[in-house]
Amino acid sequence: MTKVKSLADLRKMKEGLESKLNLREKSNNPESLVQIRVAMATCGIASGAKTVMEYMIDELEKRNIEAVVTQTGCMGYCYAEPTIEVTLPNQDAVVFGYVNEKKANEIIEKYIKNNELVDGIIPVNYETIKK
Amino acid sequence: MAKFKMHLLVCGGTGCHASLSQTIGDNLKEILVEKGLDHEVQVIMTGCFGFCEKGPIVKVMPDNTFYTEVKPADAREIIEEHIIKGRKVNRLLYQDPENKEHVSDSKHMGFYKKQIRIALRNCGFIDPENIDEYIARDGYEALGKVLTEMDAQQTIDIIKKSGLRGRGGGGFPTGLKWEITSKSQADQKYVVCNADEGDPGAFMDRSILEGDPHSVIEAMAICGYSIGGTKGLVYIRAEYPLAITRLKIAIAQAREYGLLGTDILGSGFDFDIELRYGAGAFVCGEETALIHSMEGMRGEPTFKPPFPSVSGYLGKPTNVNNVETFASIPVIINKGADWFSSIGSEKSKGTKVFALAGKINNVGLIEVPMGITLREIIYEIGGGIKDGKKFKAVQTGGPSGGCLTEHHLDTPIDYDNLIAAGSMMGSGGMIVMDEDDCMVSVAKFYLDFTVEESCGKCTPCRIGNKRLYEILETITQGKGTMEDLQKLKNLSYVIKDASLCGLGQTSPNPVLSTLDNFWDEYVEHVTVKKCRSSQCKALMQYIIEAEQCVGCTACARNCPVNAISGERKLAHYINQDICIKCGACMEKCKFNAISIK
Repeated sequence: MTKVKSLADLRKMKEGLESKLNLREKSNNPESLVQIRVAMATCGIASGAKTVMEYMIDELEKRNIEAVVTQTGCMGYCYAEPTIEVTLPNQDAVVFGYVNEKKANEIIEKYIKNNELVDGIIPVNYETIKK
Repeated sequence: MAKFKMHLLVCGGTGCHASLSQTIGDNLKEILVEKGLDHEVQVIMTGCFGFCEKGPIVKVMPDNTFYTEVKPADAREIIEEHIIKGRKVNRLLYQDPENKEHVSDSKHMGFYKKQIRIALRNCGFIDPENIDEYIARDGYEALGKVLTEMDAQQTIDIIKKSGLRGRGGGGFPTGLKWEITSKSQADQKYVVCNADEGDPGAFMDRSILEGDPHSVIEAMAICGYSIGGTKGLVYIRAEYPLAITRLKIAIAQAREYGLLGTDILGSGFDFDIELRYGAGAFVCGEETALIHSMEGMRGEPTFKPPFPSVSGYLGKPTNVNNVETFASIPVIINKGADWFSSIGSEKSKGTKVFALAGKINNVGLIEVPMGITLREIIYEIGGGIKDGKKFKAVQTGGPSGGCLTEHHLDTPIDYDNLIAAGSMMGSGGMIVMDEDDCMVSVAKFYLDFTVEESCGKCTPCRIGNKRLYEILETITQGKGTMEDLQKLKNLSYVIKDASLCGLGQTSPNPVLSTLDNFWDEYVEHVTVKKCRSSQCKALMQYIIEAEQCVGCTACARNCPVNAISGERKLAHYINQDICIKCGACMEKCKFNAISIK
């Protein structure tokens, strides 16, 4: 293994290593970040939610957007799978349907970056029961 | 390299380890391989999360789900339900004791709300056996800064300014200690880490070494640079095998990266660390005894001065600090003295780790700002007393400390207030007692410990403590007199005044503080021969109330010594001469006819 020869070396090394812990760091305060939940029930996975999730994770990182991408269960919109729910900091969650890579790209560019709404929003037609 | 989308953090502290957390980790890994997810989900064994009451703990990132009391067999459900289908496993979530709601995120649990984690910052977050994770969390940044941008005095000034005081118990200002050692002239100086954690119930040093060993290594190197020493020694008890293993791994990794050894980070500074094992003697936590033990001699304290900072290990200037003290150092350097001193009370800065134990709902390891009240610790973080019983006292400072009662519940906790209240900080053990605990027996328990652990050098400690113990024994046997109580007091003061080291000087504290706070209870034991908590067996009697006894014979059949006699369908009777007071009869009686008098 190579030795760390200076403080500059150490800092460079840290930068490289940070991304590995990023996932854990970020989940300590998710409220301040863009949160994306991908519906990953059987129907979602069958219509390609997994590819969408991977695409989102990779692209968000490439475009330097701090976000937490998690998976969730069936959201109920099986007709519109894959569906994703995007929560921008201090805003209500918005659900998008029929998300493929192209749509995901649009969501990132328009909604996440500029807060412009795009087509394909599913109106929320339910209330969550508080236990 | 695989890019992980999810991290599963499994607690690898000793407590959870004992509850098979290693197997949980292995099972998780195995099932991930089986499902083809091992390149997407990473399993990490971390250090202690602190919430030992509910261990073993598995935390799922990034959604921050906190699973409690996980068993190896639950691994499949966690993966199949949570990881694959995205449904949280409700039955493994923490249940709020008040409204019975499931809480999935640890941030919303009472146990974590009031905590500020500085010394424990990486425990339960990183893999302690992986130096890369430590570096990613600003690890060795402080050492780098000190070596390249600061001189020794500047470093000492930061520590002095931060107000950090020794976390081993005494509370001596750390910066001042470093300064004194740095001013001693010698060809070699030593940095010693005191990991001889001896207080019953305290396990913070062990948890830090198990969960974040690199923070201690980094701090020792910083200390070495500041005092002008190139050798570090960790005195650790052999009873901490997991901590030793992780520390060894950490030292080897630091050497590989050149963060220990010669010319560290190109600064020309050399530093290396070795381990010294202790055999688990309480007295070896005292710094002079510790140094003698490291030199291969008997673990006996010697007279101070000369202080170790002038003449310590092998006669050379030696700086001895506790594990928790060291663990706070890198953060202070990185975030600054002002940041650290903004936390805490006027004379005690920063945070303190406490080991909560005893009759409390949330047993575990907590780190709270100095100046927090006992009430906040016990009721908000600790979740109150077990089984809804009444709070009686909390013992702090281990065998050297004393008891705090409900009068002290709202006293801000710091070094000076605890001493004023007749106890001490000690290493941070907090044993909570409820109405069922007899304070005379508690004092006896601690005396039993000190009698065992006294090194025998000073007569007052060696013999005096033994006599204290015997008097307490007499009292719990119901043979004590009021004169004995006076004797206890007098003898305690003699031992305190005439012993050389901290062990003897503080060993009567549990007696004195219980005498002060629970005088009535002592008097009751002596005059009316009654133990109100029904702990002193000699002072209690199991009695069958004739009116309520239906003569079912259940008690007689279950009595292991045949002390109960009586005809069927007639009231029974316990022969007190034979009775061993095991309580089996009371447990078996369905008619509540048996009571303790």
